[in-house]
Amino acid sequence: MATVIVIVIYLALLLGLALFSKTLFRGTSKDYFVASHSIGPFMLLMSVFGTTMTAFALVGSTGKAFSLGIGTYGLMASSSGLIHAACFFMIGIKLWAIGKRYGYVTQIQYFRARFESKGFGYLLFPILVALVIPYLLIGVIGAAKTIVGVTGEKITPKGTIPGTFPEFFSDTGGAIPAWLTGLVICSVVLTYIFAGGSRATAWANTFQTLVFMVMGILAFYLISSKLGGVGAAIEQASDAHKVRTLSESATGKEIGVSKWVFLTYMFVPLSVGMFPHLFQHWLTAKSAKSFKLTVIAHPICIMIVWVPCVLIGIWATGQIPAGTPSGAVLSKTVGMLVKDPIVVGLVTTGILAAIMSSLDSQFLCLGTMFTNDIVLHDTKKTYTDKQTLMIARGFIIGIVILVYILAQILYKKNVFDLAVWSFSGFAGLTPLVIAALYWKRATKIGAYACVIAAFATWLIFFAKSGFGGEYNPGGVTPASIIWVVAALAMIIGSLASSPPKEETVAKYF
Amino acid sequence: MKKNWIIIAVFLLLAVLHQDLWNWNNPALVWGFIPIGLFYHACYSIVAAGFWAFVVKFAWPTKLEEWAEGNDEL
Repeated sequence: MATVIVIVIYLALLLGLALFSKTLFRGTSKDYFVASHSIGPFMLLMSVFGTTMTAFALVGSTGKAFSLGIGTYGLMASSSGLIHAACFFMIGIKLWAIGKRYGYVTQIQYFRARFESKGFGYLLFPILVALVIPYLLIGVIGAAKTIVGVTGEKITPKGTIPGTFPEFFSDTGGAIPAWLTGLVICSVVLTYIFAGGSRATAWANTFQTLVFMVMGILAFYLISSKLGGVGAAIEQASDAHKVRTLSESATGKEIGVSKWVFLTYMFVPLSVGMFPHLFQHWLTAKSAKSFKLTVIAHPICIMIVWVPCVLIGIWATGQIPAGTPSGAVLSKTVGMLVKDPIVVGLVTTGILAAIMSSLDSQFLCLGTMFTNDIVLHDTKKTYTDKQTLMIARGFIIGIVILVYILAQILYKKNVFDLAVWSFSGFAGLTPLVIAALYWKRATKIGAYACVIAAFATWLIFFAKSGFGGEYNPGGVTPASIIWVVAALAMIIGSLASSPPKEETVAKYF
Repeated sequence: MKKNWIIIAVFLLLAVLHQDLWNWNNPALVWGFIPIGLFYHACYSIVAAGFWAFVVKFAWPTKLEEWAEGNDEL
């Protein structure tokens, strides 16, 4: 019960902070969508870092290290330190400048103007939405599974301990059911997005990022203490997980990483260059200088969160059964070794913070895109700021309901692998933004070819993976092939068509 | 211009150094608790931050900000 109280207090604090940020809301659509370009360096770092670190940051990193070993850090964390910061520097700052100068609040507004095509937005919008939705599902399902793990019945050598609420939820053995967790999480996120849009999201993300960074370190300290210190903890871990050599676990699962997968995984972090929710965060920056701290500190923030989590995952190989689902490794390890319910509650709030700091930005960006790229685009009707905000909020409610329903339907599926598919899709689209920003000769035809080629290749690989499983065609990551195909399509399509108009080139270069 | 080429060269060098094949099968522990393959990549994160600090200091696009405000040419 104490665990649930800690979580409720955290959610109340989050709502309180977000409602405070409402007092700073200026009531305009520009403030709602991009916080009137007023976010300073520290909040930009926290909101960008919090948004890029999803459920994957605490739960996924621990689970992947538990199954693959130390290679997880090089695959997903150290490469991101180099590539994410490169995207912020090479893409983020430039898009911020273009967005500020021409008043854009979505990627599609820029691409439509840069590639001289209104129709291009109608091609890109559904693809971006289709790639964001699995990402959203991971958050809602991940939160529900975490709470079920924490409040459900526990099997111990002394017998079964009933769940937290056996009188209310007998069907789930006393665990808070997925429908209720999903409802609470979605309602909290919806409340603060409603209250202040981008500004509330930036405030909430700053708080959530600090919470999940501190809680990750807390979990690391408590678990290592219980195992007799960091030296004793690593001694108890499986030797196969301390190297990247390919081997097989007792359950027949592969441990380690192939060298080609390790190399081509460098393409996956490119996805941040095309995340629509990150584009929106970039545009909230007060000035280009606000990016300086984000570019420098991002690799360090990743290290602070990922090194402890990867070590916990490796230690867990000596503590819990090899067949444990990857999503349950952190909660099982904490539950087994750290029995204090308040501490379990604190670590759980860290996991929820990591999840919710991405959910809010994704919901908000979909509302922003729908309003600006579909409803307001090319319309002859004039909308007031109040009407614009109503449209955005209405669409956000619709998306939240859709995601909530899909999360209930797909709850039992293992959706964590979907995250990598979502990243791969966005990574495959980055030749579009790189060409738009740096290649004067990039044309409308090249842009269409690039997006169609990227999405078609992604769909083929996604289908071959069994719609979300692990699949490395030819021993390399799908993201690397999709990226190369999309880049070739952009180059061939552009060179085979007439150059863009001179005024377009003059406007952006 | 020369500065940009140096930055690109260092970036590519860092991308190559990410592929630490020499640590692949090495089970050694640094300070008795951190596998060397993980230690190397944790240090890599710090070096990456240092590299970006260098880029921010010496290759910051100052004109871009003025252009964003509509005051100057790109």
